[in-house]
Amino acid sequence: MKSMKPIETLSYLDPEGNLPKGYKHEISDETLIRMYQVMQFTKRLDERMITLQRQGQVNFAMSSRGEEGCIVASAAALEQCDWIYPQYREQASIFWRGMSAQDYLHHMFLNEKDDSKGRQMANHFGRRELNVMTVSSTLATQIPHAAGCAYAMKISGKKEVALCYFGEGAASEGDFHGALNFGAVRKVPAIFFCRNNKWAISTPIEAQYSGDGIAPRAPGYGIDFFRVDGNDVFAVYEATKKAREMCLNNEGPILIEAMTYRLGAHSTADDPTKYRPEGELTEWSPKGPIVRLGNYLKKKKLWSEKKDKEFLESAYEEIEEAIKIARDTPKPGIESMFQDIYSDIPWNLREQRDFLNQFREEEGH
Amino acid sequence: MPVMNIIEAINNTLHQAMEENEDIVVFGEDVGYFGGVFRATVGLQEKFGEMRCFDTPICEQGIIGFALGMSNYGMKPVPEIQFADYMFPAYDQIVNEVAKTRYRTGGKWQASMVIRTPYGGGIHGGHYHSQSPEAQYLHTPGIKLVIPSDPYETKGLLHSALQEDDPVIFLEPKRIYRASKAEVPEEKYLIPLGKARIAREGSDLTLIGYGAQHHENMKAAEQASHEGIDVEVLDLRTLNPVDVEAIENSVKKTGRCVVAHEAPLTMGYGAELSAMIMERCFLHLEAPVYRCAGFDTPFSNAHEHDYMPNSPRVLKGIRDTVDY
Repeated sequence: MKSMKPIETLSYLDPEGNLPKGYKHEISDETLIRMYQVMQFTKRLDERMITLQRQGQVNFAMSSRGEEGCIVASAAALEQCDWIYPQYREQASIFWRGMSAQDYLHHMFLNEKDDSKGRQMANHFGRRELNVMTVSSTLATQIPHAAGCAYAMKISGKKEVALCYFGEGAASEGDFHGALNFGAVRKVPAIFFCRNNKWAISTPIEAQYSGDGIAPRAPGYGIDFFRVDGNDVFAVYEATKKAREMCLNNEGPILIEAMTYRLGAHSTADDPTKYRPEGELTEWSPKGPIVRLGNYLKKKKLWSEKKDKEFLESAYEEIEEAIKIARDTPKPGIESMFQDIYSDIPWNLREQRDFLNQFREEEGH
Repeated sequence: MPVMNIIEAINNTLHQAMEENEDIVVFGEDVGYFGGVFRATVGLQEKFGEMRCFDTPICEQGIIGFALGMSNYGMKPVPEIQFADYMFPAYDQIVNEVAKTRYRTGGKWQASMVIRTPYGGGIHGGHYHSQSPEAQYLHTPGIKLVIPSDPYETKGLLHSALQEDDPVIFLEPKRIYRASKAEVPEEKYLIPLGKARIAREGSDLTLIGYGAQHHENMKAAEQASHEGIDVEVLDLRTLNPVDVEAIENSVKKTGRCVVAHEAPLTMGYGAELSAMIMERCFLHLEAPVYRCAGFDTPFSNAHEHDYMPNSPRVLKGIRDTVDY
């Protein structure tokens, strides 16, 4: 048998913000409003980071425009005790968890208050206190980590899950296969969350896979899956919530494929006008997650244009203030370059550190 | 005191460590029910259950990636890679993830684990069961690397490695897994990482090695003594962090040095040792540091005997260095 019937996509919310008649969801108004705010905040911050990069104030930025919905809704369906292993485009998940604009900006400016002590590229966020693992640039390596972390949760008897984000491009890596197979064999409480945004830098899905996306791979591993409309927070939330329950019921791991679209560039080092076919943006923009949830909330009188304006103004102020403070915060001291490589500092690193200190002194640094 | 071989020493250590530390989980290909192709993990599954000692799918990057996630959460994984030659699918995980976890997370997360794997030639294993890949991992900051030379050393070093907060690659000399026997105390003891051992004192020349090669070095030193050359033999035990003090003290005393390893000559660990000795002991040296190593060839099965830096080649190195 060469092909299976294409897998359907679970979707509830239409672009005008309507839900099907009779559809009941479990998300409180408060949660929906907060999701919307975090999405708007992320979009605002993303835009500002891109201009900061253009001005040469930060080295690098990655926008999650168009994908905020699947990220926020999946993060919202988890509990704070669950661990998140991001790929790199999931800033919204760490904002959902409670990272402030200030802490994010300290990271973006790689100053001494950055969690990674200025050692990472910008946009490689993470925070131990929020159970969000620090981003690593290598694609898909984090997927087996999530499987192993989930296994540790399981044998520790904890009611926790690990959720791992990755793109449809990363799913081509061997680590994806290793992670899903290990996870399946050990029955770990992990949610493998694929953002199928149609583009891996400039590589379209047609060059990435020839099957029906990522979801049909799940039965090959003997695990359950969901394919959801990634721009519909109701569908994403429902699938993730269900996946979490299944994981805790020893029915994991679960693969979720969220069908979405990368409205922005891959990163500030990319120019999608060179490869994106005309018309795609026009087609996808009205289907974006912020527009859709916004329409829903406004129809339900839970939100308004006025509130939008006020929220964005206050987000703008918060971000500008955070930029100012982060910009004025000193870079990490030179000693931090030699720390955290090992639990202690071995003789060779001590020698090299002392050499550099002396050299800097002699050169008048 | 019981006599053990290296396999028995590993097995004994893992039993003790798993008893003592509930966070230790042992896994790898054929490691669980069967107890490993070299039988190093025999009895662990039976004693500690399938959750703590299990067989994995055949996927080295999966094994190491899975181990790292467990370590992030605070457990102590002890993954086995069946042969060091098969670590390369996991190279990305080891070099880019395991080694850099502590650094890139600002010290907030750890990657504590002991990766056990048999290395080295002399078993007619051809290209893919004979390699000594230590240099590939020594060029990566963030990893410690240990190679024991006999059963006593194995137990003490493995216990220490299991107590480390940092990731440790533990390369086991498979050629002498069973051939090397020694009295090994039943109770736990530690041999600290980063400390070399003077296995034979001497005054004319320092001979440095580790793992299975150490035994060839001891043989060569014995033979040299019949020619009136008094060789001091250092068993490094830990290659990173290396015991630079022991090396420096010995070479300053003898003024001559031969380093020997099975791995290919060029860019091998001998090159680093040679540079280190040149920088630190230059004015004490009577001759250049001599590197006795495997050749820069893949591991030809038919020519294994000629590839290996056996004691006659080490002896030639000793003679040439003394006669320089």
